[in-house]
Amino acid sequence: MAAISIRGVKKRYNPKALVIHGVDVEIEKGEFVVILGPSGCGKSTLLRMIAGLEEISEGEIAIAGRVVNDLEPRERGCAMVFQNYALYPHMTVRQNIGYSLKVSGVPKAERDMRVVNVARIVALEPYLDRRPAELSGGQRQRVAMARAMVRSPEVFLFDEPLSNLDAKLRVAMRAEIRKLHRDLGVTSVFVTHDQNEAMTLADKLIIMNAGRVEQIGPPAEVYHRPASRFVADFIGSPAMNLLEGQFDDHGQFVHGTGGRLVVEQLNGVRRPGLRAVLGVRPEDVRRTEPHAPGAVSGTVDYIEELGSARVIHADVAGSRLVAVDASGVSLAPGAQVHLSVASGVLHLFSLESGQRIEQTH
Amino acid sequence: MIERSPLFNAITYLAMLIGLVLVLLPFWVVFIGATLSLPEVARVPLQMWPSDQLFQNISAAWIRADLGPKMINSLVVAVGVTVGKIVIAALSAFSIVFFNYRARMVFFWLIFITLMLPLEVRIVPTYAIAANALSPVQALLDVTGLTGLVQQLGGVQIALNWNLLNSYEGMILPLIATATGTFLYRQFFMTIPDELVEAAKMDGSRPMQFFVDVLVPLSRTNMLALATIMFVSTWNQYLWPLLVTTDREHFGTVVMQLKALVPAQNGTPDWNVTMAGALIIMLPPLLVVAVMQRWFVRGLITKDK
Repeated sequence: MAAISIRGVKKRYNPKALVIHGVDVEIEKGEFVVILGPSGCGKSTLLRMIAGLEEISEGEIAIAGRVVNDLEPRERGCAMVFQNYALYPHMTVRQNIGYSLKVSGVPKAERDMRVVNVARIVALEPYLDRRPAELSGGQRQRVAMARAMVRSPEVFLFDEPLSNLDAKLRVAMRAEIRKLHRDLGVTSVFVTHDQNEAMTLADKLIIMNAGRVEQIGPPAEVYHRPASRFVADFIGSPAMNLLEGQFDDHGQFVHGTGGRLVVEQLNGVRRPGLRAVLGVRPEDVRRTEPHAPGAVSGTVDYIEELGSARVIHADVAGSRLVAVDASGVSLAPGAQVHLSVASGVLHLFSLESGQRIEQTH
Repeated sequence: MIERSPLFNAITYLAMLIGLVLVLLPFWVVFIGATLSLPEVARVPLQMWPSDQLFQNISAAWIRADLGPKMINSLVVAVGVTVGKIVIAALSAFSIVFFNYRARMVFFWLIFITLMLPLEVRIVPTYAIAANALSPVQALLDVTGLTGLVQQLGGVQIALNWNLLNSYEGMILPLIATATGTFLYRQFFMTIPDELVEAAKMDGSRPMQFFVDVLVPLSRTNMLALATIMFVSTWNQYLWPLLVTTDREHFGTVVMQLKALVPAQNGTPDWNVTMAGALIIMLPPLLVVAVMQRWFVRGLITKDK
């Protein structure tokens, strides 16, 4: 039985403004699911509907087999970690963590014991008598997590909990959340707009865009087989090259002002005359010798230095082609460069719907 | 930018000093007057330094105006009104800010309108209600014809009566509604982040629990500021207690007793005793302000964390 099933869920704020256009997702028990999408895509709204903070306009959500549409947040067995921590400023860490137990009438002795136990898990024991204002950002985040953990909920909900932390702390907290999930095994739903966070944390990724689910799958699958042009563009950094064009009679891909790419990998789908979007990740674009098979020439626009490699932004027959080059050869803007996609993985998307065109092997 | 030059500084200080003297001079006169003996206070011009009769005058004033019991009356009324105002203001602001119901804006504007209707404007209808607090209910029954119906069926005439005149309730209840307090609370409640409300919901807190456990402790400084203003203004309330009490013996307040301290037309002009009485009467609000001023300023101006 799925821990959370979301069936045909829609959200509208008024009769005209539909912000979530029908989402169907099954989340298995113990899974760590990350909902990823640009801001305004409805990911937080979906999370808040699971939590019960937002009404469900249509469809239903079931937690552990029980439809929760009409249940109050406290009856749903979810605990939530908020973006801005949302700690009670006038209470000590101990009172903050224990508040939900106090509300539900747990006797003081048991409450204290459980608070100390979760505080130990997140290394907050020395700070139990401090107020939130006396803690650092990372510590406050831990209090927020301890507060969620203390009730032993069936589901953890995270609403962009790391976005207020600095880069280094964010990576550390990410590892901590991952470890906590491994130890506790509680079903978790995590909302973020940061793809690194999403890729590293998720067992299952849900990519959302403009109120619709674009793709559901494990991070590697989403990365290697993006289901749509949107996902291809959104996942991966530097972003995937997406060239609009058409296949000519020889099966070559014509793009930009007439540039041609040899795309033998696409045997089976490269019908002459087909108009489509060709996707290739920058790391699949190689810098080659001028006369290597499949090489196209372009002009270097600018170079991004990453240290371990460089990102070449080149203009190839009117199209922008980005390549990751680790060879260490220095290139100046304006220089000629030869690139090849012959050995890389290619993706093809429909020009109209943006959906992936599957290759038959 | 404000220009700062020695001359400009001197002018600002001078202006401030003049203002201060204007404000404090009457208090000084009251204090001096309270220390003088009868011959000294009758002398013209009035001397501007203290004499040694302060305690004699104070005890004379205390006895003449029966200030002991009256002080207790004043205290009961002022504390009752202050507490009532805070409770009503906090609860109504809680309702307006945190609950989403259809008539919310209607109530908001109703409360807003009462800002334009101070006690002095509505004193006659308020008195009528105080004379029989159930008269609105009675009127409702009369208008709907229920009174007639009950009389015909049961032979009983419904005549509801709850007289608030000459009682503490009468002095307190009509004063406890406060639009100012409601707005102060509303402003504060609107600064509470939504996330905090949602966190409490996720923690399983019900609305009144949230109010008591989170909002009340967080609004402590606002509460003290409001309490200070309300205590002082109620203590100084003259018109309403005068109107609603005919039994001055039992329900008179100290401010009403000021009248008893003023020398009679043909009596001894012992203004020194009057001044001593005034000194006693203004002491409690002064003490409250002195004790509360730290929170008072913070609660009205800034938000503490």
